[in-house]
Formats: sequence, C-alpha cells, structure tokens
Amino acid sequence: MLEIRWHGRGGQGVWSASILLATAAIRTGKYAQSFPEFGPERTGAPVQAYNRIDDKPIVIHSNIYEPDIVIVIDPTLLENAKAILSGIEPGGHLLVNTPESPDQIRKKLEVPEGVRVWTVDATTIALEEMGRAITNTPMLGALLKAVPVVPLDAIKTVVRERWPGEVGEKNIRAIERALKEVKSG
Amino acid sequence: MQKVVKQRMMALNGDEAVAWAVKQSNVDVVSAYPITPQTLIVERISEFVHNGEVDMEFIKVESEHSALSACVGAAAAGARAFTATAANGLQLMFEILYITASLRLPVVMVVVNRAPSGPINIHCDHNDTMGARDSGWIQIYTEDAQEAYDSTIQAFKISENPEVLLPTMVTLDGFFISHTLQNVSLLPDEVVHEFLGVRKVPKIKVPEIHGDKEVPLMLNPRYPLTFGPLDLFDYYFEHKRQQIEAMMRAYKVIEEVHREYAEISGRSYGDGFIEPYRIDDADVVVVGLGSTMGTTKTIVDELREEGKKVGSIRVRVFRPFPRERLKKVLCNFDAVGVLDRGISFGHYGQLYTDLCATLYGVKDAPAMIDFVYGLGGRDMPPKLLKKIFEEVLEARVKGPEPVFRIKGVR
Repeated sequence: MLEIRWHGRGGQGVWSASILLATAAIRTGKYAQSFPEFGPERTGAPVQAYNRIDDKPIVIHSNIYEPDIVIVIDPTLLENAKAILSGIEPGGHLLVNTPESPDQIRKKLEVPEGVRVWTVDATTIALEEMGRAITNTPMLGALLKAVPVVPLDAIKTVVRERWPGEVGEKNIRAIERALKEVKSG
Repeated sequence: MQKVVKQRMMALNGDEAVAWAVKQSNVDVVSAYPITPQTLIVERISEFVHNGEVDMEFIKVESEHSALSACVGAAAAGARAFTATAANGLQLMFEILYITASLRLPVVMVVVNRAPSGPINIHCDHNDTMGARDSGWIQIYTEDAQEAYDSTIQAFKISENPEVLLPTMVTLDGFFISHTLQNVSLLPDEVVHEFLGVRKVPKIKVPEIHGDKEVPLMLNPRYPLTFGPLDLFDYYFEHKRQQIEAMMRAYKVIEEVHREYAEISGRSYGDGFIEPYRIDDADVVVVGLGSTMGTTKTIVDELREEGKKVGSIRVRVFRPFPRERLKKVLCNFDAVGVLDRGISFGHYGQLYTDLCATLYGVKDAPAMIDFVYGLGGRDMPPKLLKKIFEEVLEARVKGPEPVFRIKGVR
C-alpha cells in the first residue's frame, strides 16, 4: 500500500489534488482513499490531505503517520521542516514545489539519507500555463514522474471531467510540463 | 439464489455514498437541516432534486426538530421519508425521535457520528447516537462508505416490513468515513427499485370507525385515523409492549434483508449483526463499532503474523442488540477488549455495559476490559490498537483489572 501526504495552504487545493489522484486510481481498477486533514477549512493556514492507494481493498481508517510520499505544493511551508518530514523514512520520496534544486532542499531541510528528493518550479509552470499560481495539479504531474502511481491518461481524464473545456486543458499542459521538468537528487 | 448483479465502481466519500443510496431508493420526502459532517448528504440530495434526477419532495426547514417532524408527517401520510443529521442536530430531534418510533413510522435517518458539544467539536465519537439508543430506533453502525451505502438501502426495507414498522438510524463515523473518498460499488437503479419496491402501507381494521372495511394505516382523509393521541395508563403500556415486541421481530427481518441484499450485491457484513474477523482459534478478541474496526483488522493480521492468536468482532447492529449471538461467540475466548468511542459519565462505555449485561451469569464468560478511546475525533492510531491487544492478551494471565481504561488521552 502506498501512503501519500500532501502539504499546502487552505484554498490551494491539496484535498482536490488527492481526490483527483484517488479517483484516477479507482478508475484504473485500484483501491484508494482520499481524505483531508480533518478540521474546519482555514484559508491560508497550513493544511494537509492524504491518499492511500493499493491493489486490494483498503480497510484501515486511521490517519497516516508514516507516508511513503510527501508532496509540498507551497514553498513557504518549508520553514516548518519538522512537519514536512514527519514520519518519512528511507525509501520514501519528498516532492517539493520550489525553484531550488533537490540538493539545496536536502541541505535546507536536513532530509534523512535514503529519502529521495524531487523538485519542480510548479508556481512558474502554473503562472505560465494557467495564468494563476495554482500548484496542486502540476504537482500531480511531478508525482507521476517520481512514482508512476497511475497512468497519465487516467489523470487527464479526471482533470477534464472536473474542469471541462479550456480550464482542463490548461491544467493538463501544466501537469505534462511538471512531469517533464521535475528533477531528482 | 439470485445472481450478483454487475455494478458501477465509483469514487465517493461516505456522505456522497449515502446520497446515492437515497437517490436510488425511491424516497418520496427528504427533510433535513445542514450540520457538519453530514451537510454533504443533503447538499447532494438537493442537487439531485434541483436537477430533476429524482421525483422527491425536499422540504427545507428551520431546525432539526422540524426536519424530523416533517418526516413524521410525511411517513404518517404513507410516504417513504428520509433525513440526516449529526450530534447537536440529533439532540434537537430528541423529542421527535421517540415520537417517530412510538407512532411506528418507518423513517430512515443517517447520522454522521459527531461528538456532542461542548466544547464545540465537529469530529467523530459515538456519544450522539448512543444518547438515542433507548429511543426505539433500530441502530446500524457502519464501517466504511460502501457499507453506509448498502445499509441505507437495507434500512428502508427493514423499517417498512409490516412485522417491524420502526424507524432505522444508520450511522457512519464523521470525517473518518463521511469525508473519506473510497471505492464504492453502486447497484443499478432498477435493481434497487426492485429490491425496495414502493412503500406498502399495511391495512388494518378499526371496527369502531370504519366497520368491516380494511383501511390503510396512514393519514388519509377518506379513512380518517388518529396518530399519537392521548394515551394514559389505560393503553400507553400496551403500546410500549408492542414496540418491545416489534424490536424482537426485527432480528429476523434484519438478517433476512441483509441476506437478500448480499445475494444481489455480493456484499455481506458477517451475519448482518456481528462481523467476526479471524476468530476461529483466537484466544482473545477486540469488540467494537464503526470505522475503527477496519483498522483493527489490519492489526489482527499483523499480530497473527507474529503468531498471536487474536481476532476481532465488529458489532454492526446495536439496537436490537445481538445479545444471543454475542453471548454464544464471546464465551469462546479467554479475554475480550471492548472499544467504546462513547462514555456514560459515571459508568462505563455503552457497548461494554451492554456486553456485561449480555454475559451476566454465563458460565465461561471471558474476562472483559473497557477501552474508552477517540472522543471528539481523537484518532485511534494502529500503534495504540496494538497496545490494546497486548493488554487484552495480558489479561489472560493477570485478569482484567482495572476493567476501565481510557486510551489515547493526556
């Protein structure tokens, strides 16, 4: 079973991203969960969302304490390295939206050995492709490069359902660019 | 036996799954008032109504007291009625809960379990529905969104059975289930329609008013009847006795409806009342309600790999309480840990109390410990569950004292 924790700020769409991912996984015959950090929605405050994805039915209903993948969609959250790195173990992946390199992030956050760091400038991609700094969908593209949890086409399908027309196509362009541009270290 | 039908796999959270069940169940009247974490249910239903996807009357009201009152009126007029609420909303309905059950109206209500105020909390515990356990409603506690969907459909068939005619409360854990999206298989609309049919109102004879004619047991101007009039020491007690007996008859109906549904859907939850997991050669088991029991299964698997003989039993139907089943099964174990996400202040958790009453005087009754956990949505982490199992295993040697243990609290 794969467990994912998304970090963002209220209103940036971490829950939406986790819903898109889980829906795409379910459509491709997998079992999945998506849930928000349980609490009232607070615009601008640090919030988290979660995914579980597996090939068999998922019966666990507790919070996620040891994620395999941590995704940070807002670089201003990196100040709280403790929250970002909580529970992540060697073999895990840390994906960050930042113009910095994976090495810079590894040093800055003191990422443990064995955790693979991935970075992508999702904010710039979002601004260029969508005209708004919406980084949740591009980070889905980065995720698919780091760990191909679901096929890109499955993500495209659910994005087009969620935002039919031009908005969906812009999101897809941002997703595809992030998938190409994400770097690991 | 019927063939399992082909189903549609959807990605839905618990609230949405319930809304879909209601959409497919040919419900005539929905009246509800929004309250977190139930709001999504009525939001989705109102969208279905607005889009013309259902032939349903959605009555907007100013409070939960009115929401359930509207359902009472609708059900008394022969309609299939549904409402949903949580915590404080359920408490505001309290007066009408008893009235619904006493008037023998087959209203179905989904309660998304939320800790009652105060201090104000929107997260899960079971103290809201436990407070309503004596109101005369059938209570079904579900483990995940799929079961919430399945149980909501089953609830109409159970409640409307002429042998039962009691309201049913289906519960799901706030946020843990209500806001968690997962795989949910939906039956085709026509299969649900066929399973439930339209509500049939039983016919009765009231010779004093209607002579030999059989009249429908409903509010109908052609055949006037009175529901819920003054009923003092002359007949009130007889009506209560009928409620007691109806609950007893519900055992068989709940089991039958669960079995019939399993044949169509391919899904069953134990025998409909209790869901045992890997108990065959178990020395100890943990018993509980709701979503935590899914997590418990994963811990049972882990401990089994370590060679420990442990299992779990989820109590799905809390009223009528499956006492005969539990009495029979629990005597097979040395020790039993009871998980209570609720507390009767000044006593124990509600499930523990009922299990004690069930096992009183029974030869070979197991040592039993009450673990109160998770109030106000406090998570039950896998590690804590593991520790609870270890304490239950220890009780085999050391005995169950202290029998009351609060877990995951500062």
